[in-house]
Amino acid sequence: MSETLRLAKRLWAFIRRRPLDDDLEDELAAHLQFAIDDNMARGMSPTEARRMALISIGGMDQARYKHREARGFMTLDIFKQDLKYTLRSLWHDPSFTVVAVLILALAIGANIAVFSVVNTLLLRPLPFPNAHELVWIAPPPTKCGMSCATYSTDAYDEFRAGSRSYQDVTGYFAFSGADNLSLNLGGAPIPATSIDVIQNFFQVLGVHAQMGRVFTPEDARNGAAPVVLLTNAWWKRQFNADPGIVGKAFDMNGQQTTVIGVLPASFDFGAVFAPGTKVDAITPLNLYGPPRDWGNIITMIGRLKPGVTMGRAVDEAARVAPAMCWNNKHPETCGDYKGGVVPVPLKDYIGGKLRRSLIVLWSAVGAILLIACVNLSNLLLARGAARAKEFAMRGALGASRGRIVRQLLTESLVLSGMGAMFGFMLAAVLVQWLAHQGAIALPLLSTLHMDGAALGWTVLISIFSATIFGIVPGLRMAGGNVYESLKDAGPGATASRKHERIRSVLVVSEVALACMLLVGAGLLLRSFMNVLNVDLGFEPDHAAAIKVSYDDSVPNDKDGNLSAQKRGVIFQQILSRVSALPGVEAAGTVDYLPLGQNRAWGLPFPKGVKRPKNIDSGPLVYVISPGYMRAMGTAIRGRDFGWSDLPNTEQVIMINRSFAKFLAGFAKWPGGDAVGQVLANGGGRDLHVVGVVDDVHEENVDGDAGWQIYYPFTQASPSAAELVVRTRMNPASLAGPVLATLREMNPKQPAAEFKPIRLLVNHAVSGRQFFMLLVVSFAGLGLLLAALGIYGVISYSVTRQTQEIGIRMALGASAAHVRGRILTSTLRLALIGIVIGVGASLAGAKLIAALLFGTSPWDLATYGSMALLLLMIAALSGYIPAFRASRINPTVALRTN
Amino acid sequence: MSPEKLDLLQGTLDLMVLQTLTVMGSMHGYGIARRIEQVSADEVLLNQGTIYASLVRLEQRGWISSHWGTSDNNRKAKYYSITAAGKRQLAADARYWERLKDVMERVLTMDKSAEGADA
Repeated sequence: MSETLRLAKRLWAFIRRRPLDDDLEDELAAHLQFAIDDNMARGMSPTEARRMALISIGGMDQARYKHREARGFMTLDIFKQDLKYTLRSLWHDPSFTVVAVLILALAIGANIAVFSVVNTLLLRPLPFPNAHELVWIAPPPTKCGMSCATYSTDAYDEFRAGSRSYQDVTGYFAFSGADNLSLNLGGAPIPATSIDVIQNFFQVLGVHAQMGRVFTPEDARNGAAPVVLLTNAWWKRQFNADPGIVGKAFDMNGQQTTVIGVLPASFDFGAVFAPGTKVDAITPLNLYGPPRDWGNIITMIGRLKPGVTMGRAVDEAARVAPAMCWNNKHPETCGDYKGGVVPVPLKDYIGGKLRRSLIVLWSAVGAILLIACVNLSNLLLARGAARAKEFAMRGALGASRGRIVRQLLTESLVLSGMGAMFGFMLAAVLVQWLAHQGAIALPLLSTLHMDGAALGWTVLISIFSATIFGIVPGLRMAGGNVYESLKDAGPGATASRKHERIRSVLVVSEVALACMLLVGAGLLLRSFMNVLNVDLGFEPDHAAAIKVSYDDSVPNDKDGNLSAQKRGVIFQQILSRVSALPGVEAAGTVDYLPLGQNRAWGLPFPKGVKRPKNIDSGPLVYVISPGYMRAMGTAIRGRDFGWSDLPNTEQVIMINRSFAKFLAGFAKWPGGDAVGQVLANGGGRDLHVVGVVDDVHEENVDGDAGWQIYYPFTQASPSAAELVVRTRMNPASLAGPVLATLREMNPKQPAAEFKPIRLLVNHAVSGRQFFMLLVVSFAGLGLLLAALGIYGVISYSVTRQTQEIGIRMALGASAAHVRGRILTSTLRLALIGIVIGVGASLAGAKLIAALLFGTSPWDLATYGSMALLLLMIAALSGYIPAFRASRINPTVALRTN
Repeated sequence: MSPEKLDLLQGTLDLMVLQTLTVMGSMHGYGIARRIEQVSADEVLLNQGTIYASLVRLEQRGWISSHWGTSDNNRKAKYYSITAAGKRQLAADARYWERLKDVMERVLTMDKSAEGADA
């Protein structure tokens, strides 16, 4: 009790020491006076009385010191002193302070920013309550894209009913395209993107409406009134954040649709499930309407019951899968999903693919931090050399070694603290910017923000770096021999030689780290170049696409033939009008553009050949118009579809080379050529292959192209129509004329975006580009810091050797000789660093191998060019001091000191 | 200073101050220091200045209290007096010292016979 009281009082005394000190002074003065009075009463002279009084007090300063020690916290007092002294000395050396803080701010800022990204993508739970219970249910990754990662409504119902591990299972319609919703407010229809979800979607995720309500089972029944939930962003952008929006109805896709709620800003469908895309509205998916027969359309997401382990969920899914049917009306499809129902934590599904990239990124910024620390160490050593005498003097005056190390560590802490402060601000700006890069296809990017964890990390790494860069100079200086330092007035003393050796070691390690960074960045850059040079199977430049709205519905059209005919008529007109626009070379439509969504419809097989059992995935299906291949720049062998391919003529298809080659392996086609061959389509009409086309990268740029099959949209039903236009001009210049033409023919055509096809490719490689750019800029930063380090050390040693160089030159050494000597020593340091760095890179190359594309992790060209680059930079940073040295005037040099 | 003087053990000064204040009532720092020197017949080595560290320690623990007052010869001085908590503490500390003194006495006066007597 009395001790806590004392602690509080001591703290209080530490804070308000001035009045207490005054009090003590008064008290001591009174004490002295009493003693003098007493002594004089005993007959001493005033002088003697005062002298004796002071002796019996035993030193005023000692009394003060002991009092303060008992009263407050000496440690804190000392720290305050050190801090004051540090700030004063940094203030007097502004160039050093600015450089040091700048280096630290860059390094720490990069670290915090990357930590925030890692934290968001890997460490932090998903932005849902109890997010660890959420699982993504899909087959193991296969060739056939989204279609194989989805389930039919019958399968979904069976899985939901048959599983006991889940609180509930939900899902969404996986094949909604961008701009699939057209909002009609009177003027031109406004395009927007909506996603159909199963009505329990928000209950499963644990998301509540910010206003109004989320879906109920009634909203998804047959004949239910159309309702919509607005995302927060769309509500703000399109509806000016109208607080009374709930209950209002709007014309969406021609139906009066009631807004039942607004979702919270924290819910971003795109960020979690479809990176790099924006979703404006959510609509309920009616499982018992037409989607019943659409095949595999639902992605499944489940929420496990509390306490259910992943292992149990996986086992159970494997037991339930055989009972799931593609279509309950076709018992032969039951069991199709065997081995294809595997729950994984939703978090892993979303961020798992990025784990390796993030680790590489994290290592890169770690290396930057180390380089910065080494640089700081060097700067402090140089500064310390200039201050050696100061410390020697303090030591001679009685400062203990620990006290001096403490002073130096305080300096390091202050520097790194300031660096961290600016670094934090830098990172905040960077993170803010990243969070608004909607075009980068990385999940959860929009949820990126600075939080308590980032702050904690900042504190941690600033203390860590202060220790790292402060310890060597601290020990080095405090350990110096007082006598030697005081005596060591000039160059050539052994202490300084030792000093220089430490600095050389630091430079070598810096170069080695920079070398590793450069090699990593070089490999990633080369991979990225290779990705850009991939033959995509289409020509992304000089083409653009726009979503066309059309009405091909025909009443009482049982088999869809009438609407197919109508579609043909509509688009024959559209395409001929658009093709006639000046500058248009070719035009055609497709329902899914490459590098976006896709679907599969089963596996057609050569007619008369028995189909092997073990193939479970079919080719991706695209429904196209005549002219599409030419518009995309995809080469056809055989013939394109024509307007005369109609519902009542023979069913024609085109397939890609990979699929043709696969089929040719089973059928005895003359010359293995698929053109002109017939495929059987599991009970449907026979498919006549009229053309074989190039493999198109349908899912990603850096993977292998899969199988593809193309149907004419006059014989199969497309899910949408993306009009692709090829031109010799800048595609953007066609946006106006094309839209105007479409409007003329259909006033309901929304002002949909006219997207250059190149944009699709950029989007697909944006994740890779993002990482590559980050690592390359970190490597650039590392290179800069290493150059600074080399420059610092060499120029310091030149300054130190001024006299020696002067003597040499006086004795006849030429300027070239002096320069050569210095450059040689620079290059020697750099070479040692490079050798170590290359060795470490070779050893660590495995880490990065999975991120490379078409590049060996031991790529000779990259290693060679990076080593050369580093050597050149080193030579350059050594040349400046070398040049300075060669200009030394011997007489002046010898006169100094 | 004469080498025969006793060095003060840790904590003993605090106890002396408390005892002095109990007996003498309210006193200033110089008075306490002189009183201790007189009672010890100048046997303890006391730098009078160290008394102030002891005083601030005791005051922070709430065992003594202080106020500024005027001395007999009209000088301003800080006067200290013991509190109720201080008196309790003094009693406890004094008991402890008594026991320690007894133990030390027995230890220092032990001889061979004591060993035998115990056995």
